Parts: sequence; C-alpha cells; structure tokens
Amino acid sequence: MSVIEQFVSHHNYYVTILLMVSGLYIVIASGNMIKKLVGLSLFQTSVYLLYLSPAKIVGGTAPILDEKFQVYSNPLPHVLILTAIVVGIATISLGLAIVVRIYEVYGTIEEDEIFSSDGEI
Amino acid sequence: MSAIELHLPALQVVLPLIGAMLAALTRSGRLAWAIALVVTWVTAANAVLLVIQVMNSGVPISYVLGGWSVPIGIEYRVDQLNVFVIALVALLGAVVLPYAKRSVAHEIRPELQYGFYTMYLLCLAGLFGMAITGDAFNAFVFLEVSSLSTYVMIALGRHRRALLASYQYLIMGTIGATFYVIGIGILYLITGTLNFADIASRLPEQMDAFGRPAMVALSFLTVGICLKLALFPLHVWLPNAYAYAPSVATALLAGTATKVAIYLLLRIFFSVFGIEISFRTIPIGQVLIVLSVAAMIIAAVIAVFEENTERMLAYSSVSQIGYITLGIALANQAGLTGGLTHIINHAIMKTTMFLALGAVVYRIGTSMLPNLAGIGRKMPLTMAAFVISGLGLVGVPGTAGFITKWYLVLGALEKGAWPLVAVIVASSLIAVVYVGRVVEVAYFKSPSAELADVKDPPLSMLLPILLLAAATLYFGFDTTWSAEWCAQIATDLLGGTS
Repeated sequence: MSVIEQFVSHHNYYVTILLMVSGLYIVIASGNMIKKLVGLSLFQTSVYLLYLSPAKIVGGTAPILDEKFQVYSNPLPHVLILTAIVVGIATISLGLAIVVRIYEVYGTIEEDEIFSSDGEI
Repeated sequence: MSAIELHLPALQVVLPLIGAMLAALTRSGRLAWAIALVVTWVTAANAVLLVIQVMNSGVPISYVLGGWSVPIGIEYRVDQLNVFVIALVALLGAVVLPYAKRSVAHEIRPELQYGFYTMYLLCLAGLFGMAITGDAFNAFVFLEVSSLSTYVMIALGRHRRALLASYQYLIMGTIGATFYVIGIGILYLITGTLNFADIASRLPEQMDAFGRPAMVALSFLTVGICLKLALFPLHVWLPNAYAYAPSVATALLAGTATKVAIYLLLRIFFSVFGIEISFRTIPIGQVLIVLSVAAMIIAAVIAVFEENTERMLAYSSVSQIGYITLGIALANQAGLTGGLTHIINHAIMKTTMFLALGAVVYRIGTSMLPNLAGIGRKMPLTMAAFVISGLGLVGVPGTAGFITKWYLVLGALEKGAWPLVAVIVASSLIAVVYVGRVVEVAYFKSPSAELADVKDPPLSMLLPILLLAAATLYFGFDTTWSAEWCAQIATDLLGGTS
C-alpha cells in the first residue's frame, strides 16, 4: 500500500491524532485559563473520533431489525461517546464556572499574572 | 437470600447517589448533614454485609444490572480485592462524617454547606462505582463522577487559592481520565468487549496480531490512572488540592480517592492484562519502581521543607503512594501484600493526620507550622493522635506502618533488590524528620499568648480522630483484617486472572 493510499484510507485517524496533540499542546502551552479549557475540550473531542471512526461502516445503517437492511454500524461506540459527550460538557462547564470564580477574586485569568499576584502556589 | 442481600452491590452505589440528590434538595446545611450521616453509615453497613457475603461465598459475586447477561450488560463484580477497597472507603466516609458537621460549619459559608454534603455523597458514589463495576467504560463514568465532585469540594476551600488548586486538578484529572478512555477504546477495538473479565479472556489470543496496540493501550491506561493516583512526577495537582481544600474534603480524599485509583491500576495490571503481559512484555515494572523510588525520596524531602503542615502531609502522601506502587511493581507475594496493606494503613494514618490538622484549624484558624508552637500541650489528645499516626508513617514497630514496610522489605529481598531496602529505610528516616519538625514545634516550644484558651475540639470531632488513631495501633498488632487479608488477595492476583 502506498503512503497516499494509507493516508486516504486512514485519514480519520490522522485527524484524530492531529486534534489530540494540538489539544494537549494548547493545554500545556497556553497561559490563558479559557484557552486551556478550549484545548482540553479539543483533546477530549478527538477521543470521540477515535471511538467513532472504526465503528462506522460505509453504507451501514443504525441497527434496525428489518429485511431491507443488511449492513449495520456498530452502535455501542456511538452510545459510549454520547455518554462521553455528557461527561465532557459537565467537565468543561465546571471548568468555566471555576474560571468565572477565579476572575471574580483575582481580576484576571492569565496564569502568570495570578501567580505573580499570589506567589507561587 | 433475601431481596436486600441480592441487591447489595447495586445499593452500595445507589444509596449515596440518592442521598446526594436529597441533600441537594434540602438547601440546608444541617439537614444535608443529617442525610449524609444516615446514608454514609448505611452504606458502611452495606459494605460490611458485602464483605461477609463475599467471604461466605468464596467466589466473586456477579450482579447484572437490568437483567442483561454478561458481557452484553454492565456487570457489577465483587471479589476480594474490590470489596476490600469498598469497605475501606465506606468506613472512612462514615467515620469522617460526624467530624464534618462542625468543621464544615467553621470553614464553609452557610449557604454553600448543603452543596458540600451533596458533593461528599456524590464523590462516595463515584468511588464505590469505580471500585465495584466490572465494565471498563462504566468505570470511566464513575471516575468522572467522583472527580467532578472532588473539584467542587476543593473549590469550596476557604483560601482563594483553592480555586486555582481546583482548576489545576480539573485540567490534570481530565487529561488523566481521557488517557484512560483512549486506552479503553484501543482495548475495545482489539477485543470487541468492555467487560474486564471478558477483555482478559480474549486478550491473549489477540496478542500475536495486535500486540503493539495492546501495549499502547496499556501505556495510556497506566499513565492516565497514575495521573489520578498522583504517582511522582504526575503529582503536581495533589499538594495544592490537599492544602487548600476544606479539611474534611482533604481527609476524605487523602484516604479514599487515590486508593480507588490504585485499585483500578491493580485491576488493569493483574486482572485485565495479567501479570505476564503487564510486566514482562514492556518494562512497566521497572519504570514503576524507578518512579516509586523517586516519589519516596524526593517528595519526602520536599515535605521536610514545607512550612504549611497540610502541604507537608500532602507531599508525604505522594511519598507514601510511592510505597504502594513499589509494592505493585515488585509483583511478588510479599511485595504486593505490602502494597495492598499500605492502601488501608496509609488511608487510616493520613486521614487521622488531616483530621487532626483540621481540628487545629478549627481552633486556631491556621495550620502554618510556626503558629503551632506549643499546640501539643493545648490540644493533647488531638496531637497525640497526630503523633501516633506520624510514627505510623515512619514505620515504628507497633504501628500499622511497620507491617507495611516489613512486607515491602521482604518483597524487595525476594526480588534480590538490596538497594530498594536502603531506599525504604532512607525514606522512613526522612519521614522522621518531617514528622519530627511538627512534634518539635508542637511539644517543645512554649505556646504563645494567643493559644491561651485553646483546647481539644468538641467530642464529635475528637472521637473520629481518636478512633482512627486507635486503628493505626490496632493494625500494628492484629493484622487479620489488613495484612493477612491482603496476602490472600495478593495470592489471588498473582495466581492468574480472576
């Protein structure tokens, strides 16, 4: 299999990896607390793709018991990711709520400014 | 068996979950505390019944949710290992709660107190769920339930840095949990199942074709869980979280949260992958030993230089977690027994110490070391409990800590790893220094005028502290329910996948 064929047939996974590492990079590199959360969200979302890509079968439908349909996509990863999305929403909203509180008490959401105003924690 | 007995595994998780919702509805700190008190003690009783049931039946209890048979439905699987963890968490959760009433009233604003108890119960529900479930993805959901409630509890701390600590932990914790999901996802792609036991039975036949992805999965799972259990150098969230969270939350978390994460690691290493794949195909054992040694020494040294006693104990926790992971990494009978025993011993000792410091905060409003001068004379019982547990951390014979170190040394010798014995001794000696600093300030300096009318805390706070301190001594002499039980669990874990 040529490199191009490999890339095209697995492009979902390349996108997943790209999203994963860029999300993680933003979390590590950014000093802005909101941007960090955006990175975190990106990182979590990439995992959804990791689950869903292999579960989707081209031309497959939802698993409906009917003679008209022969090819089904695997429903389990889809259900798992629905749960993971809910968990992700809860995490990000809690994170944002904490950032709001931090803004209220510190007046900034830049990590270096907070550390310099409060000493190293 | 009666209907209740049949549903014990589900009740273990459902009771605190319902309790949390009721506590949220009350909107009153006092009522929420009452609900939490009833619920934690009933769950503790439930956990004890579960222990008896597992002991009597001799085989793991399998509870299928909604009647869907394994492996299609979610299974709650209770065996010796997780019933041990569940009982520990349930009993600690119950013992800490009577203490919580005054401490929480002192540290958290009245209108937020019911929220604290809601989160307390939610956290327990998540921890029980993580420990009891036999489904890998279900474990992730419970992991997040306990983590999210933990972040809230930490953010309720009295200092504004509590918010930063909570935020930091949220970021790290979520990365850890996401790593865990990635690992589980890869395992699911390899085996097509999410049930731990089912993965374990299908994995060996896939190892030839999918050996490398399996290793990737194992690595993701290990790193993800090690973030949650604060293995050095993934521990940076822990000291701030412990130092700035409300005292009750710290005491609960120090005793339970990291311990349940350790349980999950054991489950992955020994039950899912099996000792053969976990330790022989890639050098996870060696990596863990190096990191454990680093934790035991470096974190202990940092603890020596901490002025904030709660941060000091937090670093000490990182160091003590090193003992547990060392025991796991040794992966032989004595070493694993030591690691498992330290789960219970460390939980008891650290909870006692954090509760004692919480009592000090309750009386004098601070836990900075210089302010504690002469506190040992003013709060004799509280500080006596602190010292007993401190001696336990050091590993003085007659305390629970000694038993652990004894087994760890045996395990290291069995492995022929002499340097590890030196490390265990060295780390204990450093513990003498940091515990000694507190003892010196608390007992050998004369109390300042501000401490003139400070005395031991009220009985509701004092009793849990003394009870746990007594447990530290008890487990130093009678090991039926600690080391002996753990030895049996270790045999099961090493004996194969169960």
